[in-house]
Order: sequence, then C-alpha cells, then structure tokens
Amino acid sequence: MTAAATTETGARPPRAGRRSAPTWVGTVPFLAYTGVFLLLPTGIVIWNAFRRPTGGFTFSNISALNTSAVRTLFVGSLELCVISALIGAVLGAILAYAVASGRQDGVVRRLYLAGSGVLAQFGGVTLAFAFLATIGPTSGILFHASWFYDFPWGIALIYIYFQIPLMVLVFLPAIDGLKVQWREAAENLGGSTWHYWRYIGGPLLTPAFLGATLLLFANALSAYATIVAWEDQIAYVVPQQIGVALISEVGLVNFNQADALAFGMIVMVVIVMSGYFLLQRRAARWQR
Amino acid sequence: MSKLVAAAKKEGTLNVIALPADWANYGTIIKDFAAKYGIKVNSIAPDDSSAQEVTQIQQKNGTSLAADVLDVGGSVATANTSLFAPYEVATWSSIPAGLKESTGLYVGDYGGYMSVGYNSAKFGTITSLSQLLGSKFKSAVALNGNPTEANAALNGVMMANLAEGGSPSSIADGVAFFHKLKTAGNYVPVQATPATIKAGTTPVVFNWDYLNTAAVVGQPASTWKIYIPDNATLGGFYFQAINKNAPHPAAARLWEEFLFSQASVGGQNLWLQGGARPSEQAAMTSNGSINKTAAAALPPVMGTPIFLTQAQATAAATYLAANWAKAVS
Amino acid sequence: MAAVNEIPALGVPAEPQAPQGVRGLRASQRRRLNAFRYVAFTIFGLFFLLPLFAMIRFSLEGSKPGTWSVAAWKQIASYQGPPPLLPAIEITLELAVITSLVMLVLVVPTMIWVKLRVQWFSRVLEFLCLLPLTIPAIVLVVGLAPIYNRIERYNVSALMLFWAYVILALPYAYRALTAGLTAMDATTLSEAARSLGARWFTVMFRVIAPNMWQAILNALMLTVALVLGEFTIAYPLTYVNLQVELFSISRNTVNAGVLFSASAATLLVAFALLLILSYVGRRLRRGRP
Repeated sequence: MTAAATTETGARPPRAGRRSAPTWVGTVPFLAYTGVFLLLPTGIVIWNAFRRPTGGFTFSNISALNTSAVRTLFVGSLELCVISALIGAVLGAILAYAVASGRQDGVVRRLYLAGSGVLAQFGGVTLAFAFLATIGPTSGILFHASWFYDFPWGIALIYIYFQIPLMVLVFLPAIDGLKVQWREAAENLGGSTWHYWRYIGGPLLTPAFLGATLLLFANALSAYATIVAWEDQIAYVVPQQIGVALISEVGLVNFNQADALAFGMIVMVVIVMSGYFLLQRRAARWQR
Repeated sequence: MSKLVAAAKKEGTLNVIALPADWANYGTIIKDFAAKYGIKVNSIAPDDSSAQEVTQIQQKNGTSLAADVLDVGGSVATANTSLFAPYEVATWSSIPAGLKESTGLYVGDYGGYMSVGYNSAKFGTITSLSQLLGSKFKSAVALNGNPTEANAALNGVMMANLAEGGSPSSIADGVAFFHKLKTAGNYVPVQATPATIKAGTTPVVFNWDYLNTAAVVGQPASTWKIYIPDNATLGGFYFQAINKNAPHPAAARLWEEFLFSQASVGGQNLWLQGGARPSEQAAMTSNGSINKTAAAALPPVMGTPIFLTQAQATAAATYLAANWAKAVS
Repeated sequence: MAAVNEIPALGVPAEPQAPQGVRGLRASQRRRLNAFRYVAFTIFGLFFLLPLFAMIRFSLEGSKPGTWSVAAWKQIASYQGPPPLLPAIEITLELAVITSLVMLVLVVPTMIWVKLRVQWFSRVLEFLCLLPLTIPAIVLVVGLAPIYNRIERYNVSALMLFWAYVILALPYAYRALTAGLTAMDATTLSEAARSLGARWFTVMFRVIAPNMWQAILNALMLTVALVLGEFTIAYPLTYVNLQVELFSISRNTVNAGVLFSASAATLLVAFALLLILSYVGRRLRRGRP
C-alpha cells in the first residue's frame, strides 16, 4: 500500500466549475425512510398520549394510568420481562458458548445458528399452539401441566423459548471476539480455566452480556402475539391492555388510554435501552 | 326490489367483515347469497371483534376495501351510529321494536342465550353452575375471551352473576364466582376454541348457545352437551348496520334484504339452522314461514329470558375493567 | 501464534507446556469442554425440539385418536377459509422478498457510505437502526394506522406492509451488516481503490460490498425469518398475511390440524432456507483468492 499513498485521501480532484454535493446527502434516503415510518408513528403515539379525545393538550390520560389495575399491569410486564430476560440470557449465553467453542465452519454451529434465526422470530399463535400440543391432556407428554397457565412462570417458559435463540444471535459475536491469544497467554502465565474466566473472559464479556440481557428485556416487553394466543382471558401485561383499549367490543375502547399506555411502555424501554447503549460503548472497546 | 338487485349485480362485489364460517351458519349464508345473486363476497378478517369492524371502516374509508356491512354487538352499535346509513328492510314490521333503532341505523339480526358447553362423557350432566366449583372440574372451565374485550365473555360472567343470585345491574357476584373458580383451581385462562376443546385443554366452555353446538365445536353430539341455567337465562343479540360510505351501497342493502327475508332459504332460517335465534322468530312462527325442524332443535329455554340494557352492559364493563384481572389472576 | 517456550524478558525458560490445540486449550481441558458441549447441545436440543415434535405429531393425527393421516398437510393447499390459506402464504413470501430487497438497497449503501465518508453520522445510524427494537410493535402500529390510511388510497394490497417490515428488520440487519463491515478494514480498502482511480460507486459496490457477502446473506436470512413470523403489525391494520391467517384458523376451525401443519411447514422451510444460505455464504467466501 505504499506506491499510491502519496494521494492525501485518494479523492478525485473536483472538475473545474462543478461543486459536488456534501457527503451527508447520501444519508438522506435512509433518514427520510426512517423519518416517515419510524419516527413519525412514534411521534404520533406520544402526541396522542397527551391529547384529549376532543382535542386539546392534557395530562389526564397519563394520570388516569395511576389506578391499581394499570399498576398491576406494569408490574406484571416487569416481572415477566425480567424473569424471561434473565433466564433466557443465562441459558442463551451457555448455549452461545457451546456453539462458539466449536469449529467455525462446523455443521453444529450452522444448525444452531439457522435454528436460532428461525426460533427467535417464532412467536405468537404457532408457538402457543406448539406448547398446547406439548402439554395438552391429549398429547401424552407433560400431562396436565396446568401450572403453565400461571402468571408469570408459565408464560415465561414460553417466552424463554424465543429469548434463548435471540441471546445466541446477539451474544455469539461477543464470544467470537474473545481472541484465542488471550486464552493462550493466560495459560502461558500459569492460569487455570477459572483464572481465565474470572480475570479475563468474564470482565470482557460482562458488558456485552448485560447489553444483550437488556435487549432481551425490551424484546419480552413488546411481545404481544404470544401471550394473546396463549391466555387471553385476562390482561396480564401492558401490551394486552393496549390491545383491549383498541379492540374491546364491550364499550371499553379508549384510544387515548392505548396511547398513554404505549407512552408508558416507551418510557420503560427508553430507560432500558439507554443502559444498553452505555454498555455497548464499553463492550466495543475490545472489539476493535 | 328488482331495481336493488340490478344495481347490486352491477356493483358485483360485497365486503363483509368479522363473519366466521361456523358462526351461526354464516359460511352457508355467504355462499348462498353469492350463488343466488352472482355477487362476489369478500369475507374480511373473520376473527375481528365488533370494535375492530368499526376501526376497519374508519381506516379504510374511501377505499374499495372498506366493509359494506357490519354485524356488531349492542354497545358498539349504539356508540357508532354516526357511521351508519339508515335502511329499513322489507320485513321491517316483523322485527320486534326493542331490537331495532327507530330509523334503521341498526337492526337486531340474530341472538342466542349464554350457555355452558361441556363434555358429558367426562363430567356427567350439569344441572347447576355451582357444580363447576367441584373438584371434578380442575383446570376445566374457560370463557370465550377476555370479558373486558369480548361481548361473549362479558355475558358469560353475567350469566354466572345471575345464577349466583345477582342482579343485571351489578356484575360483582359473577366476578366473585370466577374468583371462587380460580381459587378452586378450576379456571383456565386459555381462550376456548375448537382446537383447545379438541386438545382437552378447555372441556367446559361458557359461550353463546349457537357457538356451543356440537357441530360448531367439532365434538360428537353424543358427548357434547349444552346447559342453559333456568335461573340465569341471559340472552344477547347482534345487530346489522350498513356503512354510510360503503363502497358497494346497493349490494349492502341487498345483503340485508337477504338476511331478513323470511323465505325458507332466506337468512333468518339459515341462522336458525346455525343454532341462533333470528330476530323475526316470533313473527315467522305465527305466519308459519319458520323452519320447524331447526326451531325444534334449539336448546330448550326454561327460565325467563333476560336481556341486558345498554346502561347495565356499560356498568358491567366498567366494573370488570377495575376488578376482573385482580379476581382471577 | 506459536507457543512460547521462553519468556524473553526474564531470560528464563518457561515450563514445558503440553501442545495447545483449538482456542489455546490443553487436551484435558478440551475434553472437558467437549463433554460440556455435548451435554449442552443435548439438553437444549431436547428443549427446542420437544414442542416442535409435539406440533408435528398433532398435525399428523387423524380424526380419531390413535390414527394417523396427512390430511392436515394436504389442507395447506386446499384450505378455503375464509380467507384461503395459499394466497396468504404467497403474499407472505412475496413480502419477504420485497422487504429483503428494499432493506438491502436502503441499508447497505447507507452503511458503507457512512463508514467511509460521514463517520459522525454512525452514532445516529446505530441509534435509528436499534430504535425499532425499543418501540414495541404494538405501539408502532398504533402510530402507523393513519399513515397506512394514506397509503391505502394508492394501493390496497397487503404487499404495502413492506414499508413497515423494513423498519422492523433494521435492528437485526444492522447487527449482521455491522459485523461484516467492521471485520474488514473498509477505510484502507477504499483508499486503495480510490487511489487506483475508482469512483465512489465502484468503491462501494465492487470493492466493499462483495467483501461483506456473508454479512449481507446473514441480514437477508434474518429479514426473511422476521417477515415469515410477523403478526403484530399486520393484524391491527387488517391485512392478511400468514400469521394472521393462522391466528384466524386457530379461532375458527373445527379441525385445527391445518394450523399445526402450516406452522410446522413454515418453520421447516425457514430453517432450510437459512441453512442453505449459510452454506452459500461459505462457498462465496471460499471463492476469493
């Protein structure tokens, strides 16, 4: 790379009389797209959370959330998300390590990665019915495990089914990033496996692990189709109540409540994702 | 009428919404209408709730995809009259006054009574709701949906309410009954569908009687029975309405004429065959146009039927919104 | 990196070490690791396969318990609904293709351009790409409703869902593409190409992008899997795609066997697709000198 290094940046000299567009113009298509289909809907939801049905600004939608029923919903969401995120993260990390420590091109790795890609999106009706087939009385397997309908542990197990693959997808690159040389160096200096994990591997992976856990938390928070398909006679979590507020046919439709609840969810997730971004900054230091 | 038929045929299409094929025989009704008039029927979103129907016509307003006609529960009908077009069918006078809005904005089309469907081979015969609290019914009893969301579920709780001695103005006893069910371990929060009944997850179901027939549920008639309590005969009707901005207005009106026709192959008798009670049943019984075999096959109703008024339904919904989740979770 | 037999600074010979194999482990450690891997794969494999087997078994059951029949699988093609199942499958597959293409065309050039020329924007890009994971789909769809109302004046087809699906796929695609982009030294490559006289277009599409083939395929795989499983946006907007159709079937059909067979078929097809793509990626990579 030395012969051509004389050019400063390799840029072509501009043609005489023609000014090229500023470089940020290249980001315009992306900005426009996400602006219309991501930022605008979010803005609409937040805007409507503070509007009265007849127009006019108000805080009453938000303050109307302060009932014991709604508080129970948020607590329920929190419980379910924390449980499924923590258990999914730990189990997923173990599985990711098992996959990562094999051959890079091996069949097992490919199978588990392909499987994770599919199962991470596998939710809703199909997942609920897969579990119905597994535990239903006529299936013969796990006969009459009616604790599956308990909240939150039963549905948490079902959430874990797609949380673990997501964890594998998200955390595997971090484990891959642990350079072999570091393990060798630890060995050379007389360290044992435990030493390696305690002083090198653990601290390096912790930010990525925590970040991935937060991602799992956000994922569980927004899951809607699965719990609706599984047990829909009671609204346990906030997304279900948003659904009720949108489609109730007994007169409880309340678009402003739906928007206010949605705003509450956005606040919850913003807090979680800020933590994720901070942790990603720390983790990225080692992935240069 | 012939002008209406000609105009409808010219439009050539009809958009209906939220009409599952096995709900009160709608599958056959749609097929027969399409065959009779040569009009293509688009059945949109069969699983939608009444509120979703209203949302759909608002969202798709101005496009050719908006639903032309709606079949909605009472609360939704009264709350959205500004979206409907008034229309009085030919058989207007045969419809009881309590079941129609005076200018024809919405009209009661069919109804049924809240019932308990159950597997009699497993549970014997049910003669009172309090039996459901027994240990035989562990993890067996389910509603058809969320009472704060679905009409059928709300009425299920109300039926329990009446059976426990409560009054239609307050659903508290019904919620307490389900709380007792939950404490006894007999309540299953899974929404009952034919698939869950087949899997054995929800062998006892609270639902409208026309949805609890063995044919609809997919169980053999020898083992699947329906029970309607004498002391809690809770009836409910659904209502037809025409979208004010229907993309196919003539077809919409022709559809209503078909549904309310008293002919032996008309809508009213077809609903009867589906196990539902058509709104013109009284008039048709007196003038003999009713399908007698189908009428005889309806589950017997012993007690005095009760129908919730709008105010009672709203009060029930409000109480449920605050107390349902707490009671059964 | 060769095993070190001497610690240079101290001039002291290191203790003789057993030869180190994969990932710098000794043989005994390797054996322990392998045992752990086998146990882990077995347990996790069972956990994931059990519900899938139960689903497939349910789909093969005949009308009487104890009999078997493939009727449910044949019904995938013949299920009439309403609405019929095959068109829903078609629409979903078409959506998968369109969404993947749009996503690639939108995101890959932007990412490369940002990496090479607009570095300060990369934070914003990352934020925007991860935002869809933050905003729950059920919330997003509430805000998308009026936008789709406008879209429907021009085109009522369910294929219009792709506008929203690209957004949903952004986080997964972004992660996959970033992994590929950072694995190569894009700046050096582009400088080299530019100094040889290449224009920016050539740099982006004939130098950088081909080096990211694996990552691009990864992103495609994840997008397709996402579209096949998507429900929460389509359902409230009253579009019919595969998952909405399955939901409808689950509520309304007496014999729900087709529900299980269609779900199992979707999973198997998606899995096969992802597996094939991962092998294609390897071949393309191997092709480079």
